[in-house]
Amino acid sequence: MAPHLRKQLVVVGHGMVGHRFVESAISRGLTETYDITVLGEEPRPAYDRVALTSYFEVGAEALGFLPSGAYDDPRVTLRLDTEVVAISPRQRIVTLASGEDLHYDELVMATGAAPFVPPVPGADLDNVFVYRTIEDLDAIRTASKKSKVGAVIGGGLLGLEAANALHQLGLETHVVELAPRLMAVQIDDLGGRTLNQHINKLGLTVHTGAMTEAILADKKGRVERLALKDRNPLEVDIVVFSAGIRPRDALARAAGLDVADRGGVLVDESLRSSDEHIWAIGECAAVQGTMYGLVAPGYDMAEIVVDRLLGGAGEFTGADMSTKLKLLGVDVASFGDAHGATEGALELTYQDAVSGVYKKLVISEDGKRLLGGVLVGDAAAYGILRPMVASGMELPENPEELILPASRGGLEMDLPDDMQVCSCNDVTKAQIKDAVSDGSTLNDGSPCTDAACVTAHTRAGSTCGSCKTVVKKIVEDFFTAAGREVDKSLCQHFRMTRQELFDVVAVHGYTRFDDIVEAHGSGRGCDICKPAVASILASLLNQHVLDPGNRQLQDTNDAYLGNLQKNGTYSVVPRIPGGEITPDKLIVIGQVAQEFGLYTKITGGQRIDLFGARMEDLPAIWKRLVDAGMESGHAYGKSLRTVKSCVGSTWCRYGVQDSVGLAIELELRYRGLRSPHKLKGGVSGCARECAEARSKDFGIIATDKGWNLYVCGNGGAIPSHAQLLAGDLDKETLIRYLDRFLMYYIRTADRLQRTSYWMDSVDGGLDRIREVVVDDVLGLGAELEAAMDRHVESYFDEWKATIEDPEKMARFVSFVNAPGTPDPNISFREERGQVQAAVNDGPVSLGTTIPVGAP
Amino acid sequence: MTVDTQTTFEAVCRLDQIEREGGVAALVGGVAVAVIRTFDDEVYALSNFDPFSKASVLARGIVGTKTVRSDDGEEVVPFVASPMFKQAFDLRDGTCLDDPDNGDVAVPTYDVRVIDGVVEVGPRRS
Ligand code: SRM
Ligand SMILES: Cc1cc2nc3c(=O)[nH]c(=O)nc-3n(C[C@H](O)[C@H](O)[C@H](O)COP(=O)(O)OP(=O)(O)OC[C@H]3O[C@@H](n4cnc5c(N)ncnc54)[C@H](O)[C@@H]3O)c2cc1C
Ligand code: SF4
Ligand code: FES
Repeated sequence: MAPHLRKQLVVVGHGMVGHRFVESAISRGLTETYDITVLGEEPRPAYDRVALTSYFEVGAEALGFLPSGAYDDPRVTLRLDTEVVAISPRQRIVTLASGEDLHYDELVMATGAAPFVPPVPGADLDNVFVYRTIEDLDAIRTASKKSKVGAVIGGGLLGLEAANALHQLGLETHVVELAPRLMAVQIDDLGGRTLNQHINKLGLTVHTGAMTEAILADKKGRVERLALKDRNPLEVDIVVFSAGIRPRDALARAAGLDVADRGGVLVDESLRSSDEHIWAIGECAAVQGTMYGLVAPGYDMAEIVVDRLLGGAGEFTGADMSTKLKLLGVDVASFGDAHGATEGALELTYQDAVSGVYKKLVISEDGKRLLGGVLVGDAAAYGILRPMVASGMELPENPEELILPASRGGLEMDLPDDMQVCSCNDVTKAQIKDAVSDGSTLNDGSPCTDAACVTAHTRAGSTCGSCKTVVKKIVEDFFTAAGREVDKSLCQHFRMTRQELFDVVAVHGYTRFDDIVEAHGSGRGCDICKPAVASILASLLNQHVLDPGNRQLQDTNDAYLGNLQKNGTYSVVPRIPGGEITPDKLIVIGQVAQEFGLYTKITGGQRIDLFGARMEDLPAIWKRLVDAGMESGHAYGKSLRTVKSCVGSTWCRYGVQDSVGLAIELELRYRGLRSPHKLKGGVSGCARECAEARSKDFGIIATDKGWNLYVCGNGGAIPSHAQLLAGDLDKETLIRYLDRFLMYYIRTADRLQRTSYWMDSVDGGLDRIREVVVDDVLGLGAELEAAMDRHVESYFDEWKATIEDPEKMARFVSFVNAPGTPDPNISFREERGQVQAAVNDGPVSLGTTIPVGAP
Repeated sequence: MTVDTQTTFEAVCRLDQIEREGGVAALVGGVAVAVIRTFDDEVYALSNFDPFSKASVLARGIVGTKTVRSDDGEEVVPFVASPMFKQAFDLRDGTCLDDPDNGDVAVPTYDVRVIDGVVEVGPRRS
């Protein structure tokens, strides 16, 4: 479709739900038909508002959902600092604060909610804040530096979080709540009292049943005192309002859309407003009149609108309003029908006043179903109880066991597979079990082996985190049931991880598998540990992989320096650095293929693969290639494959740097480097990114000032884009960082763990890698660079060394006792003028007529 | 022509032509046989044909040991992993150690002996 004919979709608001909408629109293909423009009023891209309180600890970057500030899909435009001031449904136009008009075909409102500030005199003074955005927190932090005492007005979920934040900023903190107890919406009286106990213990002062009458200022107009009805005033320097939220529906009201009685853009269960081209999702929406102040229902709404725009019939049918407080040290949770509002509901409570634990279960009249509950002081059971409500599963014989302390019975129970474990991301138990059992979960064809991996792949546990313990338990139970220990052993022969093994080998200076397995392993090894040791030895020593003692360790492909094909033949891939090749070399490749009857194909890695070589022909084939100045391309190794390039500034009119030159230099520098998994690189000459560098383990994109270095990307079954490690580097710095990055990966990654998975597994992820590689916080920089220098200096071409060594060549025979006889099991058929591999149903016999040579 | 039991064994190579924990393919009676030497210098012979991938490649696999648990306790089994899809075969009797369907996939094995440093492959075992 021509660009101007594509439909335009505008999203107002780039908060949690707006962001989820765009992500889903991209992954579900809505951007095939729509250009999306997202308009966000905040100065930064969407971030994790749910985790806002951790901002003081972790900083803004850690909360951000879109660190690069742009979506990977070019059909999505994100404009920040951009407020929408009006919507004209008749003309289908939104007007920005700058006066600019934007046309839309479909409009999605995701404007969220605003804190409600009651009309108390003095609410407009300086040092009176709300608690909603990173900017709010910045302002509170700045003010706190000159303050001693703070008060939070509102003792609900958010109010307590805000109070905790003030407390952490070192202020003496008061919580002022109008209702007779804290968290009045979620918990009951007894629970509230128990909670008070905990909050007081934290060092906060709670005033319940207290009504704020005014905020009074000193002579300079600064907050001085909080006047409470029928109580002594509180001397305070800072006031934070957290007295509820109101949907941001002003735009909709002004545009004449229907709004709900209690506020919010009124939408039906398809999330469509009273105008057929305007949708509302998240906290600004009132679905059939009800507004939902949590993120999970907002995410559901986002998915439904994407579905609708794709022609689906998704409907929003209500949401689980369970909550868990994330205050440090105080567990509070409320789920389902916490107040026992259902007719005939029974209550079961457990209380331990000494340790401050209060638990209540609300059970159906027949005693069979769990309807809801409240947990204060110990919410460990929340992860299991909440989904029990949602799934409606039958209660066990003695439901009281569910709330007794874990030492007395506790949480041993079999949850049904279809039970939703993670409500934030709608993940069921079955999906979690799939992730640990299904071979297609990871790119290397293996399932997840721990809960962290499951969270990365299913999202379960990645939002509010309250389901994490259950996710972990399901994973562990799964492995226990399958008779597998959840350990990180490489295999039965080595009870350690690859990283530990690497350290053992490096520290002891081992050079032989035999010594390593003797001293640190058991048995004689297998097809898992042997190649892993071979790779470690190769990274450390860079010996020939076919040296005696080494070659029996090699995986299939390394063992014959070629990739094994389905009919038992091999492929031949000469290195073509950066994809640049002379006509002379091209001609030799063609001649070799002709002579040995090989199938030729251009690979996805910008080089040429010759398939169908018989093992005994490999040396002769490689001799021809080596004589013509070519060398092994290591297509068979867990090692550097290719560094793809675009043509770059030498020819391309847009190119700003010589991408081919750099790609060749890098490919030659890192060729032959053995690593935990294969490594690929790419270099593009400008931001148009024709080399697809960001789909590589290391990708480099030219800028006017130098090079941007991206790391940890890959294609394959689960693609991920490489992330910016450092920008505008000169070549020397770039190579230094790359040396360090690659060596750090080689030393610490798990076996067959590509860089993106490795990044996920590194504590602190990309930031940590940046600290080690760029900031050199571990002081390892020089050592890693030296290790890479050793590799570069000791590089030699494996194939050249093989054909020059009669001992290594001796293995390349079809039959040890009939070297002249081709293996009859190898068959071909023909297609499009070339050979193709064929397989036989059973072994092929030559009969006994062929004379067999004596040894 | 006289037939004695000796002639059913065929010399295929010297023992030192097979590396420890390595294998060679030999043509015995017209069919490909994988002759494999373990770390403790035991020699085994089995069909070179991998029933899973249907390619003649077993001699090129990694050789090692596996601890297998069964009702009779634990046993350390010498094995070769197919280079194609990595299924493990017991070198002693050719049974597959990780047959997904728990069927009885096994590759044929051959008698084998070493006489004066020469490896001889005998008749196929039933
Ligand atoms: C020949 C080639 C396909 C082609 O005809 O184009 C190819 C062929 C194979 N790929 Fe590939 N891949 C080829 C480019 C790619 C690319 C594209 C690229 O490099 O730009 C990708 C996606 C990019 C990436 O790796 O991130 C790719 C992703 C994979 C994967 C998935 C990796 C992952 O992390 O998900 C595997 C499986 C693995 O390595 O575990 C794989 C594995 C394989 C193996 C080695 C499978 C095997 O064990 O037999 C194939 C054997 C090649 C052979 O026999 O020579 N191949 N493979 C390409 C060789 C490139 C080269 O010149 O070296
Ligand atoms: C401290 C805190 C703790 C929380 N804890 C939890 C929790 O534990 N669990 C839970 O489920 N939820 C929690 N929430 C609620 C959760 O953050 C919200 O439900 C969620 O952010 C709603 O997403 P949204 O996209 O609808 O709104 P928002 O995330 O608020 O995004 C709306 C965006 O739209 C922008 N916008 C508004 N009007 C315009 C305009 N006219 N033009 C341009 N942009 C505009 C806003 O600036 C904002 O960036 C918490 C909230 C806070 C503040
Ligand atoms: S990435 Fe830029 S320099 Fe390279 S070919 Fe594409 S447009 Fe040209
Ligand atoms: S329930 Fe919130 S992350 Fe799973």
